[in-house]
Amino acid sequence: MIAGFGIVAAHFREFAAGLANTLWLAGATLVLASVLGCILAALMLSRTRFVRTSIGLFVDAMRCVPFLLLAYLVYYGLPELGIRFDSWSSGLSALAVYHACYVAEIVRGAWSHLPREQIEAGRAYGFSGYALFRRVVLPQLFFAAAPLIGNQTVYIIKDTAFLMIITVPELTFVASSIQATYFVPFASFMFAMALYWIVTLVVEASVRRIEAAAETRRAG
Amino acid sequence: MGASLALLLKGAAVTASVSAAAIALGVPLGLALALIRWRRVPLLSQVTAAYVSLIRATPAITLALLIFFALPTFGVALDPTTAAVLTLTINTSAFNCEIWRSALIDFSRDQLDAAAAFGMRPGVAFRRIIFPQIWRTSLPALVNEMTLLVKASPALAVIGIVDLTRAASRIGAATYKPLPPFIAATVLYVALVLVLVAVQRLVEARVKRRLQAA
Repeated sequence: MIAGFGIVAAHFREFAAGLANTLWLAGATLVLASVLGCILAALMLSRTRFVRTSIGLFVDAMRCVPFLLLAYLVYYGLPELGIRFDSWSSGLSALAVYHACYVAEIVRGAWSHLPREQIEAGRAYGFSGYALFRRVVLPQLFFAAAPLIGNQTVYIIKDTAFLMIITVPELTFVASSIQATYFVPFASFMFAMALYWIVTLVVEASVRRIEAAAETRRAG
Repeated sequence: MGASLALLLKGAAVTASVSAAAIALGVPLGLALALIRWRRVPLLSQVTAAYVSLIRATPAITLALLIFFALPTFGVALDPTTAAVLTLTINTSAFNCEIWRSALIDFSRDQLDAAAAFGMRPGVAFRRIIFPQIWRTSLPALVNEMTLLVKASPALAVIGIVDLTRAASRIGAATYKPLPPFIAATVLYVALVLVLVAVQRLVEARVKRRLQAA
């Protein structure tokens, strides 16, 4: 077992590269899913009933299926339609679409709990259009949604591990290939879990900081 | 077509049974862990806190690989199904611990003091006062965690379990038409989630009726 950790330490660079890939995928997914999620949320609040119900149905269906099902569809399914992606692009686009649906639901929830009086007060003070959104709506929307999006980030990080199945060289893929070569399963997977743990603790600490910032803002 | 449907339904049955086994084991285990933390059992409480934090951060797929490949090196040989149930149980127990624990923390101090004043021992107070109330407040969160468990179960594909997701992808690969099995699998996942939510509603309605009758 000790020897196992020695082998893992000797391959630290591979693990670091896997972790970097995991973080890159999670970060890119967070950005893409946030943008796409806001668009979906806006469509879910659309005045056109057809748009509202069809987007709502899509978001609900996505939130019911496991991520891997969508990843399989994008990776193995789209080539049948003549759209060819490599494992990276299909992994990233599946992650972005899947988590955008969760973000959409978070943003929609935050939006519907926004106090209407403040928007009216903003209007009364002469804010309108973009200025109203930027100065009154967006800060409140951000602080209401941020903790939930932080939790979602933890799920995004965990879902990146599924991409090892479609051969994306992220952290679990690296751990699995090191263990397959040297047969050190305990050391290899425990080390990967420790790295996931550290990343998650950092994300959770950041969420707490944003929550604290929101508290002081409300108090001030 | 018939063979594909049979494979898909078999996959759904695997997903449902493995998840059900993990729920049956993981919900009580989560309660036991929550009690260890709530009663502040020395050492065990700190170990449990670390366990919960680590498992909550671990992808199910990494945990499945660890259990399936590492346990045999310690002399514990596992077949894939046992490893699968163990993986999901460990995964869900950490989340269930947090749910039970928050219900215990929110539990009214007055009732505990009253129970102590009546000379109830902690075990009796738990059985007759605490548990009958906390399982009701925890039910929605527990059911929510059960749906997350169902969605984590495709991770078991890495240790050779052919669940609903794996079955759908196999059918897609064999027929060169990935969309129909994907849609069918989506419908089956929605059905599984709806069954869980329906059970929750049923139990809640029952409890409400009993409380009104009392």
